[in-house]
Amino acid sequence: MSHESSQTDNYYIPPPSTYPMIGSIALFFLGFGAAFSVNSLPIGKGLLAIGFSILFYMIFVWFRTVAQESEAGKFNKQVDMSFRWGMSWFIFTEVMFFAAFFGALYYMRVLSVPWLADLEHKILWPDFTGGWPTAGPGASEKFTPMGPWGLPAINTALLLTSGVTCTWAHWALKLNKRGQLNLSLFLTIALGITFLACQIYEYGHAYSELNLKLTSGAYGASFYMLTGFHGFHVTVGTIMLIVILCRCLSGHFTPEHHFGFEGVAWYWHFVDVVWLGLFIFVYLV
Amino acid sequence: MAAVHDDHAHGHGHGHEHGHDDHAHGPPKGMMRWLTTTNHKDIGTMYLWFSFSMFIVGGLMAFGIRAELFQPGMQLMTPEFFNSLTTNHGLIMVFGAIMPAFVGFANWQVPMMIGAPDMAFARMNNWSFWLLPPAALLLVSAFFVPGGAGAGGWTFYPPLSVQMGMGMDMMIFAVHILGASSIMGSINIITTILNMRAPGMTLMKMPLFVWTWLITAYLLVLVMPVLAGTVTMLLTDRHFGTNFFNAAGGGDPIMFQHIFWFFGHPEVYIMILPAFGIISEILPTFSRKPLFGYSSMVYATASIAILSCIVWAHHMFTVGMPVTAQLFFMYATMLIAVPTGVKVFNWTATMWQGSMSFETPMLFAIGFIFLFTIGGFSGVVCAVIPVDIQVQETYYVIAHFHYVLVSGSLFALFGGVYYWLPKWTGHMYDESLGKLHFWLSMVFFNVTFFVQHFLGLAGMPRRVPDYALQFADFNMISSIGAFGFGLSQLVFLTVVVKCIRGGKKAEAKPWDGATTLEWDLPSPAPYHSWVTPPVVK
Repeated sequence: MSHESSQTDNYYIPPPSTYPMIGSIALFFLGFGAAFSVNSLPIGKGLLAIGFSILFYMIFVWFRTVAQESEAGKFNKQVDMSFRWGMSWFIFTEVMFFAAFFGALYYMRVLSVPWLADLEHKILWPDFTGGWPTAGPGASEKFTPMGPWGLPAINTALLLTSGVTCTWAHWALKLNKRGQLNLSLFLTIALGITFLACQIYEYGHAYSELNLKLTSGAYGASFYMLTGFHGFHVTVGTIMLIVILCRCLSGHFTPEHHFGFEGVAWYWHFVDVVWLGLFIFVYLV
Repeated sequence: MAAVHDDHAHGHGHGHEHGHDDHAHGPPKGMMRWLTTTNHKDIGTMYLWFSFSMFIVGGLMAFGIRAELFQPGMQLMTPEFFNSLTTNHGLIMVFGAIMPAFVGFANWQVPMMIGAPDMAFARMNNWSFWLLPPAALLLVSAFFVPGGAGAGGWTFYPPLSVQMGMGMDMMIFAVHILGASSIMGSINIITTILNMRAPGMTLMKMPLFVWTWLITAYLLVLVMPVLAGTVTMLLTDRHFGTNFFNAAGGGDPIMFQHIFWFFGHPEVYIMILPAFGIISEILPTFSRKPLFGYSSMVYATASIAILSCIVWAHHMFTVGMPVTAQLFFMYATMLIAVPTGVKVFNWTATMWQGSMSFETPMLFAIGFIFLFTIGGFSGVVCAVIPVDIQVQETYYVIAHFHYVLVSGSLFALFGGVYYWLPKWTGHMYDESLGKLHFWLSMVFFNVTFFVQHFLGLAGMPRRVPDYALQFADFNMISSIGAFGFGLSQLVFLTVVVKCIRGGKKAEAKPWDGATTLEWDLPSPAPYHSWVTPPVVK
């Protein structure tokens, strides 16, 4: 952006773009690819691979364009406010997505498992006592539940620390201390990756030594779906943090104008809070 | 539905020189314009045409259903295919026709009515739209895979939905994509309304259509992720061995119904609140009076939205739940009649002693009030547990929700199209054809669905391809009505196409009672409107 000084007077409306179309083509391949894969059609995996490639390309060029527009000074205060509203409500939808799975966990723990142990069900499953954790009255295999005070406690500490380093990075950015900003962002990413490594190790441990599987009834399903989706969100958050670090290293963001950073920081704190919910309700009680 | 002339004059003296360097040369030509657009009017147009074509697809499925039910006995199709038709008729009408149509209205109208240059996230806006075709393809092509399309009802109830073939997976992924589209669309609408209103337009000065969409968008961000979560559980139950909906694993198939209807009940208000908004724009215009009780309308809309989140189990009174829970859901459901009653009262009071005229939009609005109120009352009937236990899964329920969805949502959509067509196309539509469309729709709608109340009370179950002889007469009447109603929509298509192609030139404000901001723009509305925001006093 060179000559117009009045550019920030108007709300920036992007020119026509092919990215939405590319994204929809990706979703077309992903939708059919996923439906075919889960039914073990040989073509499914190929379609999925094509879909993911197109989607990653689309995400890359789209966000690169937004970063370029931001650095070119096209986003005025009002656009910045739009991003804030948009990101807030996006995180809210994520909260509601997790709420569905937490809801399922509570429903099974508080309602359906005790019901399956009541008098009426004695005819079907006379030996079922209905305690938690359980793989359900029809389960043939035994499993050991995941205790909270080993790896999960360490993971809690890791994520909470990463929340602190993330806030440190924000503070450094506002005071324009770029060295500290890069260092603390790097630490946040490192903590995130360590968390993921621990989580992968924990899954291996659960499968090989505790016999705790996705198929282990109500407990296994809720344990893996909740921690799995959380782990996926940590992965996405870590990738976003890496992008932000790269942008910081190439001199993006100013102490006044850095919503790209803030949005990712919000997301990271959200992931942190979800973990606390998981730690309490999946591991602890 | 627009032949938008971008070379047309801009409203209120803001010309090309004001910023907007990227648009100075107008949109790309041909197909690329629609594929790459970031213009809210283009995107609104695409939403509306998509919705209309899905309305045709879903309508053809209804034709299949009513043709099979024309006489008792099995005539035309296998029971499995019949079930696929009812399932996909529901899914396509809800997610493909009604919801995108309202989003199309939001795209066209919200920026013009609040004095904004476009939607807040113009590029993402286009993605929200273009996610719909892949999802529709998934839904429709499921008919051609082994095992056929999903046939367990649009509500995906397990254990049936856990057992079905690949068509069910395609339905699940279609719903994922549609959900992503709705979430992006609603975040866009919330942000636009909260952040892009013209100076001086306080929240309580917003047109009611904008208010109802703001509240609808909140409902969408609240419940669409929950739907995504529950169909994800269904998917993992089907293919990855989880036991969410399997009692032997400690889960519960009824849990699916609870989570689904936590989405599903707000969903029905997602489909009716913007309709309330459209009616609340049309009635004051053609009564030449301000809307009666504006602020009570806003509060009533919000109350309905909040209540809609705590009534879901009235869809499942017969599956078994503690009596306390049943009573709670019954009373909470009946409570919704209060804010809805406020609305009906206000609409009636708006017309009271107004200088009314009866152009097509007004006819649809009045038709809406009559028929929606009937649907509302039968809803209260269904809320009463002892009655509901009798009519659950019967044609009474079918009649009830078609009164609120067809003569409610769809009539409001028709009214809205006629109301705003002059603004969108720059031409007046054919008034006599419009009125013909209204009266045909009105008559055939009632022929189709009024008799279904009697069928339901007499005990005819829904989702069956065959029935006892005692139901034959009413079913024949209903089928005749359905074919009539479907064919009447060709009149609508004719009116719209004629209006786009030409007709009497529309003035900036063709309705003398209209007051909202979009009527300050020329007709057709310029490609970029309110580049410089108006000041609202």
